[in-house]
Amino acid sequence: MKIQSAVGQPVSRLEGKLKVTGAAKYAAEYDVPDLLYGYVVHATITKGRITRLDTGAAKALQGVVDVITHENRPEVASADLKYIDMDAPPGLVFKPLTDPEVRYNGQPVALVLAEDFETARYASGLVEVEYETQAFETCLDHNLDNAREPGKGFSTMLKPPPPKPTGNFEQAFRDSPFKVDAEFRHGSEHHNPMELFATTTVYEGDGKLTIYDKTQGTVNNQLFVANVFGLRYEDVRVLAPFVGGAFGSGLRPQYQLYLSVMAALHLKRNVRVVLSRKQMFPFPHRPQSYQRLRFAADANGSLTAMNHRAISETSQFEDYAEVVAEWSHKLYPSPNTLFEYKLVSLDLYTPMDMRAPGGATALHAIECTMDELAYEAGIDPLEFRLRNYAETDPSTGKPFTSKALRECYMRAAEQFGWKERNPEPGSMVRGNKLVGYGMATGIWDAYQFPARTEVIITGEGKMIVNSAVTDIGTGTLTVMTQVAADELGLPIEDVTFSYGDSKKPFSMFQGGSAMTASTGVAIVVAVKALKKKLLKKAKSIAGSPFDRAGNDDVAFKYGHMFLRKQPSVSVSFAEIVAANGGKPVKTTNMGAPHVLKLRKYTKSSHSAAFVEVEVDKDLKTITVTRAVSAVAAGRIVNPKTARSQIAGSMVWGISKALHEESILDENLGKYMNANLGEYHIPVHADINELEVIFADERDDLINELGVKGVGEIGLVAMPAAIANAVFHATGRRIRELPIHFDKLL
Amino acid sequence: MTTITLNVNKQTHTLEVLPWVSLLDALRDRLKLTGTKKGCDHGQCGACTVLCDGTRILSCLSLAVMKNGSEITTVEGIADGDALHPLQKAFIEHDAFQCGYCTPGQICSAIGMLAEGKARTRDEVKELMSGNLCRCGANTGIIDAIMEVKEGGGRE
Repeated sequence: MKIQSAVGQPVSRLEGKLKVTGAAKYAAEYDVPDLLYGYVVHATITKGRITRLDTGAAKALQGVVDVITHENRPEVASADLKYIDMDAPPGLVFKPLTDPEVRYNGQPVALVLAEDFETARYASGLVEVEYETQAFETCLDHNLDNAREPGKGFSTMLKPPPPKPTGNFEQAFRDSPFKVDAEFRHGSEHHNPMELFATTTVYEGDGKLTIYDKTQGTVNNQLFVANVFGLRYEDVRVLAPFVGGAFGSGLRPQYQLYLSVMAALHLKRNVRVVLSRKQMFPFPHRPQSYQRLRFAADANGSLTAMNHRAISETSQFEDYAEVVAEWSHKLYPSPNTLFEYKLVSLDLYTPMDMRAPGGATALHAIECTMDELAYEAGIDPLEFRLRNYAETDPSTGKPFTSKALRECYMRAAEQFGWKERNPEPGSMVRGNKLVGYGMATGIWDAYQFPARTEVIITGEGKMIVNSAVTDIGTGTLTVMTQVAADELGLPIEDVTFSYGDSKKPFSMFQGGSAMTASTGVAIVVAVKALKKKLLKKAKSIAGSPFDRAGNDDVAFKYGHMFLRKQPSVSVSFAEIVAANGGKPVKTTNMGAPHVLKLRKYTKSSHSAAFVEVEVDKDLKTITVTRAVSAVAAGRIVNPKTARSQIAGSMVWGISKALHEESILDENLGKYMNANLGEYHIPVHADINELEVIFADERDDLINELGVKGVGEIGLVAMPAAIANAVFHATGRRIRELPIHFDKLL
Repeated sequence: MTTITLNVNKQTHTLEVLPWVSLLDALRDRLKLTGTKKGCDHGQCGACTVLCDGTRILSCLSLAVMKNGSEITTVEGIADGDALHPLQKAFIEHDAFQCGYCTPGQICSAIGMLAEGKARTRDEVKELMSGNLCRCGANTGIIDAIMEVKEGGGRE
């Protein structure tokens, strides 16, 4: 009996049929009886307080059931601590409808509840609100002088402040022959998943709730709801089997969840709150940032000094921080370093992790500076990276668990045809287009969170795996099924991975490219325990041939356990379950990173992106005509879904470099393009050839599966590679993103 | 309230709606056909694309009463029973989606686009599909899937 290993196979998404037939249900799509529709009313000022609120006209409308405001809201927890979710940055969590204060433009100030959606939406316009306004600040660039150290808290563990300086940066920078001093500015960006944020709360009575929510973390939101509304954990069930994209926006509970639950408990009814696209802009976002980089190299092209100073925006109530400043030192050795990271509090909502938070911001600046320095030193940009290649982590001196970046450079450069490049800017022409080749390096941390899974062998000898984890489009369902199948030697058809439910064993929110490692390792650990249990149960069968077998003497394949030395002696899982009185054999276990062992190593994934752009000579429009990304991320469990993760993040890189930005009017304190017509993301016509290469990177240290995660590594190198290609085409260094044609005019 | 008749996926539905109800909300909230997605409600994202008398339309920009008597096909009506449409199969094969939220709109739009017969090349297909946004960045997979079907390679 031989079955092909499922890990490494390009298995098509197991939920594919549900998604192409419209059967996959998202948070706003559960048909529950007697549903009330909630519609949010938003503040139209940026800072100040509500002086008068009149809900009379709204309430008088037929079909309106209630209007909840800070004046009549039901009791909720008063202690700030109760609002802290697993991803909350240091500070005080914003509580909607708590008081008359307005802290940011678009803040929710009322929730209208009606028997149908249209009535709720119409009535929201009838709520009269008067304000007393105060002066505000929303523009980072005008407030750089107010930059300060970020506050510290629980989340600082994952996002530590920059390391201490090494050597003497200022002197080394002064004394080096080649140097670059460059400033980079990024506006804010919004996640804008295609699915609107939504919560359907089912009021079960007796303080029990079933909640269909758009979230990346079912358990995180379960704990939040229980804490805030004083419910027992076991009485709150949060389900999110299908999530229409999130990209970080679902890491923390969003306000539609809070409002939906508040209304459901208050009115003892089932309540759905769906945000409009516009309502998803006074929302978490990637922060505005300012970066100044000063890099220097010696006559041989070796880096001598690196200074990266980064300033980002946060809100007035929480200190959202990212790891920005120190990435360069994980890539390149330099004896003199100075890394600084500061925050400016603005009258905006708290930013939040957005795909490759910190890294996407930093690597654009770092890799553009490297390109510029390569030109200063007269060295090919790829050769410059290779001269400064780090075999061990330069920032700590520790070895990497694995690092196949050199292979990424070589394979991607070969595939792309980098050697055809004439280094002279503006020298390559195709008809009326200037052609530019650019490249950049990417790096991301390989995270792993503790996670629990339950594995069950059923009477039919099949396996069920339970986890609270979500699949936000990453491929978790498919990938975890493959992992579980291989661990027990079953074909994937005999494995059911059941997920997206807070009732199932604990998982952190899906983020940080950490899920395959986190949930995958939990499966490995649980299946190991399950095997022992299966042997123990088999031994209890009268006259069992496994009587004397130890755990190492048996193997598992195709729903059977057999003796390694005598494979003909076997027992089926179904027989074991039957002997167990028909009761499924199950176990729940926790997988966790090997913290002690891994303390001696740096855990990173790497990438190299090579991009060709065409710039129209007259109109200056920029097109990414082709891009090649090579990624070293350990073992690739499913090349098909992993390719989609990388290609998708390459599209994000194109978007960040050339398309998307939330345009903030600092006089009004609000985003002016709060819709998908004016918040530009690439359309099909903007995307051309994207090629993905996975380096052969074996990693026996990092975790039981040798995986590093592929959610963000495909994005980080792309914006710089594009900006560098634009320079190569035009001779212009544009250091603000996105690069629109007008910047080249 | 206005009484209208919609023939959706070959089934006739008579429903009472107020004139302000969009076709999208009528499908999702009244007929419980939630396969058609709401991504912007403003005609900017394409997630709500359905076929109306064979033509692709944005159901969020149509009032239900305007479509009285029309034949609507939503993503739930694309497959022939259990047998998937070649485009649906191609979407799965080419991994033409990640989160799946834009997928119903992409599929309905592609069927409408192919029926229009205007697109000859891959570039033209890309252009004519550009009203359907995908935030996961599955663009290449989506166009690959459509091209496979367009060129007659759709698997049975």
